[in-house]
Amino acid sequence: MNQEAIKELLYKMADDQLILGHRNSEWTGFGPLLEEDIAFSSMAQDKVGHSLALYTILNDLGEQDPDTIAFTRNADQFHNTVLTELPNAEYDFSLIRHFLYDTAEALRFEMLSHSSFEPLALVATKVRGELRYHTMHANTWVKQLGAATEESIGRLQQSLELALPYALGIFEPSPYESDLIKEAIFEGEKALEEKWKKKVEEVIAQTQLHLPKWETIAPHYGGRTGKHTEYLQPLLDEMSEVFKIDPTAEW
Amino acid sequence: MAETVTIEKIYQWLEEVKDPEIPVLSLLDLGVITNVSIGDKVKIEMTPTFVGCPAIDYMKNDIVDTLKKHGQEAEVEVTFRKPWSSDCISEKGKAALKKYGLAPPPDNKLFTDLEILENAECPRCSQTNTELKNPFGPTLCRAIYYCNNCKEAFEQFKPV
Repeated sequence: MNQEAIKELLYKMADDQLILGHRNSEWTGFGPLLEEDIAFSSMAQDKVGHSLALYTILNDLGEQDPDTIAFTRNADQFHNTVLTELPNAEYDFSLIRHFLYDTAEALRFEMLSHSSFEPLALVATKVRGELRYHTMHANTWVKQLGAATEESIGRLQQSLELALPYALGIFEPSPYESDLIKEAIFEGEKALEEKWKKKVEEVIAQTQLHLPKWETIAPHYGGRTGKHTEYLQPLLDEMSEVFKIDPTAEW
Repeated sequence: MAETVTIEKIYQWLEEVKDPEIPVLSLLDLGVITNVSIGDKVKIEMTPTFVGCPAIDYMKNDIVDTLKKHGQEAEVEVTFRKPWSSDCISEKGKAALKKYGLAPPPDNKLFTDLEILENAECPRCSQTNTELKNPFGPTLCRAIYYCNNCKEAFEQFKPV
């Protein structure tokens, strides 16, 4: 199997999970409702756990140990999509990002549960069950707030338009796309993007939100090859602050 | 000298290892022990309830310590070969959860959308006049409900 192709896939997935997990954790203590505080904190824990499972596969493929991978790289060595690193801003943006990202992620893990690369298929089979709670949470709130008051609809609409170009960046073409497809490791970003668009349309149609025509949205690419916004490095500095005090400490 | 060890004996000892957050439930009843074999040393395979469960290392160490108490060197491997689902909890485990005040998970195969998550059975009054308040709870494996009958909140072990 093409190891480089597998590693590229694993790194971008794991980095997405770690970075969005960290962003979710920033809601701890600040949620607009206690329930949302708990929800985002729980999803943070899930996502960081998912990143650990993926970094562990990378470690088995000869990459460094998970903590070293997570805490010692600089921003330009991360492969997360830019959507995940953007600041939480207000709740409406965090909710829309959560909806757009987790819809894609749930589909990706569903597809990967049939991967010919067994270690990934096993993790994906497990993770996809957990993600039902993430998509259910996102869908419930988007449907509710997307059809509630003028303010809630207006805020979500604005955040949706802001987030969509970055959301399309999730599916930045991979140089290994054809290898992954040929070896039945993954059906590819293109196939995932198509499934994602259908799912997003289906949920948005149940709200008063308006989805712009896909062809009018220019995808924001770059994250997969380490081109990030100024928001990623401060996040990494904060995330690794304790680790860096003593990298050899036993936890 | 340690007595001759058998797989049955190991399972018996594992019954002593409890879920650190739900001390009435053994890891066996929780369904996270997926294989036991005996070679140079005892080898236990286990799988997490949730991938991000922070208690997994604690459980691993607890297994090693418990078996050491019985004179056995054990090695614990965490794998996803047999992924955990809430259907892995034994009937005895589900009864223990209910007694402990946690609603046991409904059959996971029935869970396709939100509907099945509504109307969980209250562990106190056994009525289903309940509401899902939050699919996320104090730990990854628990959801928060409200019982309209008892007028009190309760937690459910999530179907997954």
